[in-house]
Amino acid sequence: MGDILSLIAKRLGLGLITLLVISIIIFFMVELLPGDIAQAVLGQGATEENLAALREQMGLNKPAVVRYLEWLAGAVRLDFGSSVVTGEPVTQAIGDRFINTLFLAAYAAVIAVPFAITLGVLVALLRNTVFDRVANVTTLTAISSPEFFLGYILILFFSVRWGMFPAISSLSPGMSFGELLERTFLPALTLVLVVTAHMMRMTRAAIINLLASPYIEMARLKGTPPWRVIVKHALPNAWAPIINVVALNLAYLITGVVLVEVVFVYPGIGQALVDAVSKRDFPIVQACCLIFAATFILLNLAADVGSILTNPRLRHPK
Amino acid sequence: MNTPKKEVLLKIRGLEIQGYSDETWVDIIKGVDLTLHRGEVLGLIGESGAGKSTIGAAAMGYARDGTRISAGSIEFDGMELTTASESERRALRGSRIAYVAQSAAASFNPAHKIIDQHTEAPVHYRIQKRMEAQEDAMELYERLRLPNPGEIGFRYPHQVSGGQLQRAMTAMAMSCRPDLIIFDEPTTALDVTTQIEVLAAIRDIVDQFNTAAIYITHDLAVVAQMADTIKVLLRGNEVEEAPTEEMLENPQEDYTKSLWAVRSFQRPQKSRPTDGSKPVISVKNVDAAYTGGAKVLDDVSFDIYEGMTVAVVGESGSGKSTTARVITGLLPPMKGEVLHRGEPLPPKYTDRTKDQLRQAQMIYQMADTALNPKVRISEIIGRPAQFYSGLKGAALKNRVDELLDLIELDPSKFYNRFPPELSGGQKQRIGIARALAAEPEFIICDEVTSALDQLVAEGILKLLDRLQNELNLAYMFITHDLATVRSIADEVVVMQHGRVVEHGPKDEMFKPPHHPYTDLLLSSVPEMDPNWLTTLLEERGVDNVGEAAKVG
Repeated sequence: MGDILSLIAKRLGLGLITLLVISIIIFFMVELLPGDIAQAVLGQGATEENLAALREQMGLNKPAVVRYLEWLAGAVRLDFGSSVVTGEPVTQAIGDRFINTLFLAAYAAVIAVPFAITLGVLVALLRNTVFDRVANVTTLTAISSPEFFLGYILILFFSVRWGMFPAISSLSPGMSFGELLERTFLPALTLVLVVTAHMMRMTRAAIINLLASPYIEMARLKGTPPWRVIVKHALPNAWAPIINVVALNLAYLITGVVLVEVVFVYPGIGQALVDAVSKRDFPIVQACCLIFAATFILLNLAADVGSILTNPRLRHPK
Repeated sequence: MNTPKKEVLLKIRGLEIQGYSDETWVDIIKGVDLTLHRGEVLGLIGESGAGKSTIGAAAMGYARDGTRISAGSIEFDGMELTTASESERRALRGSRIAYVAQSAAASFNPAHKIIDQHTEAPVHYRIQKRMEAQEDAMELYERLRLPNPGEIGFRYPHQVSGGQLQRAMTAMAMSCRPDLIIFDEPTTALDVTTQIEVLAAIRDIVDQFNTAAIYITHDLAVVAQMADTIKVLLRGNEVEEAPTEEMLENPQEDYTKSLWAVRSFQRPQKSRPTDGSKPVISVKNVDAAYTGGAKVLDDVSFDIYEGMTVAVVGESGSGKSTTARVITGLLPPMKGEVLHRGEPLPPKYTDRTKDQLRQAQMIYQMADTALNPKVRISEIIGRPAQFYSGLKGAALKNRVDELLDLIELDPSKFYNRFPPELSGGQKQRIGIARALAAEPEFIICDEVTSALDQLVAEGILKLLDRLQNELNLAYMFITHDLATVRSIADEVVVMQHGRVVEHGPKDEMFKPPHHPYTDLLLSSVPEMDPNWLTTLLEERGVDNVGEAAKVG
C-alpha cells in the first residue's frame, strides 16, 4: 500500500507544479494583451490624471512579478481580486456560476458515464452485428454535429413540438430539486450526446483489444458464457484506458460547455468567461482560466490514480 | 501401459481446419484421424505450424478466432461436436473437457484471485457451491504439492511463481473432474528443474483420476515420459502414430527419424590459446543491481577467449541476461569491471567509443520483437554497417549482399523484404547478420534458439559455428538448454542466484563430480527413455520434488 500512497503523492506534487506553471502563463498572457486596462475601464474620454489615479488604485504601476505574487497569494485563498467592470469580488461574481456549471456537468456525467460504458460493453459483446454498427453510427453522428446544432434540434422536438421540457434553462432561487432537473434536462442531454461516443468507443476498443489474450481464451475454454467473458474477464483489465477517456470527457463537460450554456441561456461559468473577455475584465478571465486548468489537472490526476488502483500488480504487491 | 483398450472417448475422423489469411481460407489441418480411449494419454508432437494446438482446441469443439472446422467429424463420448449447437459445446468445456495452456502466467486472469478462477467452472455448472469448490481446490493444490495449499489460492497470479501457476492451472482443469484434459505445451515456458515438478504432478493427477489426456509438445523427451501413444504431425498431416516405446525404438517415417536425430550436431571442443594472448572479454568481480532493487549479480567473473564459445547456463532469474547487459554497457555495474583484451571498458555504453561499442554485439531470443517490422532487411543490416564502418552507396549495398550471403539467404530475394514476410529461422538469421555487420570480435547470443523448432535451431547452431570458424568470433552463449550446450560449447559457466557456481571446460563440466546445483540441472534434462522420470523421482525421493529440491 505504501507504494501506492507514494505514487499518488508524486502525481499530486507533479499536478501542483503543473498548475503553478499554468498560473504563470495565464497571468502573463493577460499582461501581454494589447491595450491599456485603465483606458479600457474608463473609456476614451478619460483624462491622463484619472488614468494615473486608477492605475495607482489597481496596483498597475507595481512590477509584474510583484503583482503576480500578490495575485497568486490571493488565488490560494480563493480571492481573485475584484472585477474591473463592476467592482464586485471575482469569487462572488463567478462562484455561483461555477457551481451551476459543476451541477450541469455532474448531471450529464451521471447519465453519460454509466450509459456509455454499458453501451460499450454491449457493442463489444455484439461486435460486428447490426446493433454494433447502429450504435457506432448514431454516437458518431452525435459527436460530429456541433453542440449548438444538437441543442437546437432537441429544443425543436422536446420543447417546441412536444412541449416536454423548457427551452430556456433559467434558474430561480427556491426551485425544488426536481424542477431544477427538469429545467436543465435539455442542456444535460445535449452534453450526454456529445460525450457518449468517445467513452463508448474506447470501452469497446479496450475490451476487444483484450479478447485475443490467452486468459480470455482460457475463460472461453472453461465454458464461460460470452457475456461473462466480457464483464468478468475482459472489463476488469480494460479500466485504465476507459478511465482516462472518462476523465478527459468530464473535463470537457466543465470547460467546453460555453456554446451549450449560450444556447440554453444557462447561467454557467462559460458564459461568464465570454462576457469577461469581451469587456476586458481580466481578473475574471484569469480566475476562469485557473479554475479550468485546475479542473483538467485534478481530473487527469484522478484518472492516473484510478488506473493505478485498477492494476492488481500495484494493489497487491508480491 | 498396454492394458486392453477401454471404451472410446474421443473419435476424430477426417478433420480439416482452415485458417483465414490474406483474404482467403487456407487449409491448416488436412484430414487428421485420432482415437482416444478413456484414461489414455496421447502425445501430439511436431514443429510449430504442424497444427498440434489447433487439433487440441478442435477436440473441445473450439475453433480459434480466424479458423473454422471445414470438414470431418469430432465425436466426444457419443456426441458429434461439429453439428452440436454452440451452447451444447460450451456446456462440455470446463466440465467434461478441460484445457491447460502453455503459459500459465498469461492464461490466468491478472485481475482475479487464483481460487476464484478455479471455482468459476464448478460454480457455473452448479456442481459445487462456492465454499465446497474452494475446499476442493485446496485439496487439489495439496495433491499437486503446491506449498501452503490452504492459502496459495487466495493470491493473485503475479504473486505466484511460474511452476506453481502451471500446477494451479492443472488443478483448475481438474476442478470438475473432466473426462479429458488437453495439455497444450504445459512445460515449454518453464526451467528444466521446475519442469520436472510439473511433469510429475500432471502425471500423478492424471493417473489418480484416470483422466484421458492429449499432451501437446514439441519436446520428444517430455512426451516420452507422459504419453501411452505418440502421434507425429507435420504441416497439418499425420506422419505416423504408435505406442510410445515402439515409436522411440523404431520410428518408421524419415521425418520422425530426423526429429529423433536432431541433437546429433556436435562440434569439436576447443581449448584456450596457449600463446599468452589476453581474453577478448573478461568479466571481473562484477556486482550489479537494477535501480532500487536487490543485488542480482554477486562477484561474477569469467573470461572469454578469441574464437571460443562460452555457454552461460542457469535457471531464469539466475543473472545470465543481466551479465550480458553489464558487458554491453546497458547496465553499469556497482562494483568490478569488464575488460576487452586487457583494456577496461567504460561502464556505460554512452561513454564507449565506436570501436569499443562494435566489439560487443547481441543476438536476441525473440527475433520477432528484436527486428523492427516496418524496416526493410537491407536497412536493418545496412544501418550498423554504415554506423560502424561509414559505408555508403554501392559499397554499403555490396556489404549487405555479402552479409546476406554469409547467413545463407539469397540477397536478390531478401534485400527489399520486411521482417514479417520471413519465417522464424530466417528472422533469426537476419539478427545474426545485423550483429555481424558491425564486424565484432565477440557476440552475445541470448537464448537465440529457444524460440525455434529443433530442426531450425540446429540450422542456426551450424551457421553460428561456421561463422565462428571463418571470422574467428568469440561467443557468449546464454541458454537454459543443456542439449545446446553439449553441441556447441567450449567452456561452461553455471550461474545460480546471481553467482557463478561452477566454471570450466565442457568435457569436465559434463563429467562428475559436479557442484550440487550443476548436478540438479543436468539430471533434470529429460531423456528419451520413457522410464526416465519414474527412475529420477525414485532416486530423488518424492520429497525432493518441488520446493525441497532447490539446492542452497
